[in-house]
Amino acid sequence: MADAAAAPAARPLPPSRLPSMSPLTFTLIVVVAALFLASMGQVAPSPEKLANGLPRMAELVGRMLPPNTDPGFLQRMGWRILETLQIALVGTVFGVLISLPMGWLAARGISPLGALRHFPRALVSLFRTVPDLVWALLFVSTLGLGAVAGTMTIVVDTIGFCGRFFAEAMEEADKKPQEALHAIGANRVSVLLGAILPDVMPTLINSSLFALEKAVRASVVLGLVGAGGIGQELKVAFDLFQYRNASAIILAIFVIVLAMEFLTDRLRAKFQ
Amino acid sequence: MERVPIEPVSVPHLAGLSPADTGNPPIGPLVKAPAPVLAPQIIGARGLAKTYPNGQRVFAGVDLDIRADQRVALIGSNGAGKSTLLKCLIGLLPTTLGEITTLGERFLAASSAAQLTRLRRQIGFVFQNHGLVGRQSVLTNVIQGKLGLPGSWRAFHHALAPQHWREEAMAVLAEVRLADKAGARADQLSGGQAQRVAIARALIRRPRLLIADEPAASLDPAVGRDIMRIFSDLARDHGITLVYTTHDMQHALDYSDRIVALKGGKVHFDRPTARVTARDMEGVFHG
Repeated sequence: MADAAAAPAARPLPPSRLPSMSPLTFTLIVVVAALFLASMGQVAPSPEKLANGLPRMAELVGRMLPPNTDPGFLQRMGWRILETLQIALVGTVFGVLISLPMGWLAARGISPLGALRHFPRALVSLFRTVPDLVWALLFVSTLGLGAVAGTMTIVVDTIGFCGRFFAEAMEEADKKPQEALHAIGANRVSVLLGAILPDVMPTLINSSLFALEKAVRASVVLGLVGAGGIGQELKVAFDLFQYRNASAIILAIFVIVLAMEFLTDRLRAKFQ
Repeated sequence: MERVPIEPVSVPHLAGLSPADTGNPPIGPLVKAPAPVLAPQIIGARGLAKTYPNGQRVFAGVDLDIRADQRVALIGSNGAGKSTLLKCLIGLLPTTLGEITTLGERFLAASSAAQLTRLRRQIGFVFQNHGLVGRQSVLTNVIQGKLGLPGSWRAFHHALAPQHWREEAMAVLAEVRLADKAGARADQLSGGQAQRVAIARALIRRPRLLIADEPAASLDPAVGRDIMRIFSDLARDHGITLVYTTHDMQHALDYSDRIVALKGGKVHFDRPTARVTARDMEGVFHG
């Protein structure tokens, strides 16, 4: 007994430096690494290709400078910028308004549709997973060239983005006020308006501002496929080799996107 | 289980006694005593039993008869089934066995949707966690107490509510001493203030029955006593029957007319508060 007490206690070993890994995880890592290396050989730019492209890039930049400041061109560009912002704003507002009921119908534990809530959820997923340029092509084909097709694209894109975030926010809303209102016999719409929406309002505003920011960026490029906005002017400039016009438009886009990010950041901070 | 019958409200009578027997001077011809006058029944339950689907028995053989204007404390240790019994009595949860008559609605096991709607219109609720909408104003939270009543779709925000509801909400806020906080956001209130707003939200429904589930459990002792006093006083002043659960012996003794104790899934005792001894109370929670 005394010997046992006197014997030094075995020192506990520290855990392994690397986390243990299952054979399946190891195999997956190897497969992904192999895929990456194979893809890099096929699609990544080689240093030689980059070196050859640099002089042409420098030449293009030289032809872009100085940006065109002709008053007639600036005025036309100004109208296009305004159209771009209109597409983004109208598309986002309609998208957010439609996302509210869509999010409610898709939210687990809140939706009045029960198991059928998977249908609005699937629709929102479809809107989100198909890229906006594909939606723009579809709307240009069906509604014709111009800003209306762009606005519809932004509406669908916003539903795909906000519908999901709104549903998740509603699912995470504080349950206690909802239970209190349910207990006194309030219907689902009253619970939504009285308890859920006020609780998740900061998240809704946040997501909507992100959607607006995203819509401004998207509406800039929608014009490339004929869906209106400043992108259309950019495509024309490149097609007609009017590189000084193109540089003025790129600068304008940079300023618009930066200004929108600044504005939405300020608004988000205000609504926290 | 020891059961004491509910004492009827009656006048002292002298039936069968002569003036000589009482030692008092004759006061005129003797009349037959009137029949005992019982206050209207608010909750009646016979043979209630509740077992969860996993076979766990919550309570069995529960009989209750709660009359108008009573303040009844439902006591028991944690897990005794107080809250479950409360929810069963007002139709929010189905029972496994038994018959319930609450505010004139008689149902077996589960209430129908129509019965539940009618019951909810006559009942005010206060929960342990006040259940206020934190980002809404105090006034809006109180007016939301109207939700579920006929024509109440405008009650989800005070700005949309009719003027007389706004005034009514201010009146009940004054009763719980919070009229000056009407414009404050509910998440800026202390725990005690929030619970007073929850009481105001229940009162604006003008309920016949006020149900409170551990209303003071999450509050410090002084604030808890204040809340219980407000509850008790308002229920008495407005003629509202009050049924609340608590595991605080002092709250039960100080703010009720009657105590129903649950223990081991049975009614351990059911008697007027004045006849409940400290030993009785100890027996509920220990031994």
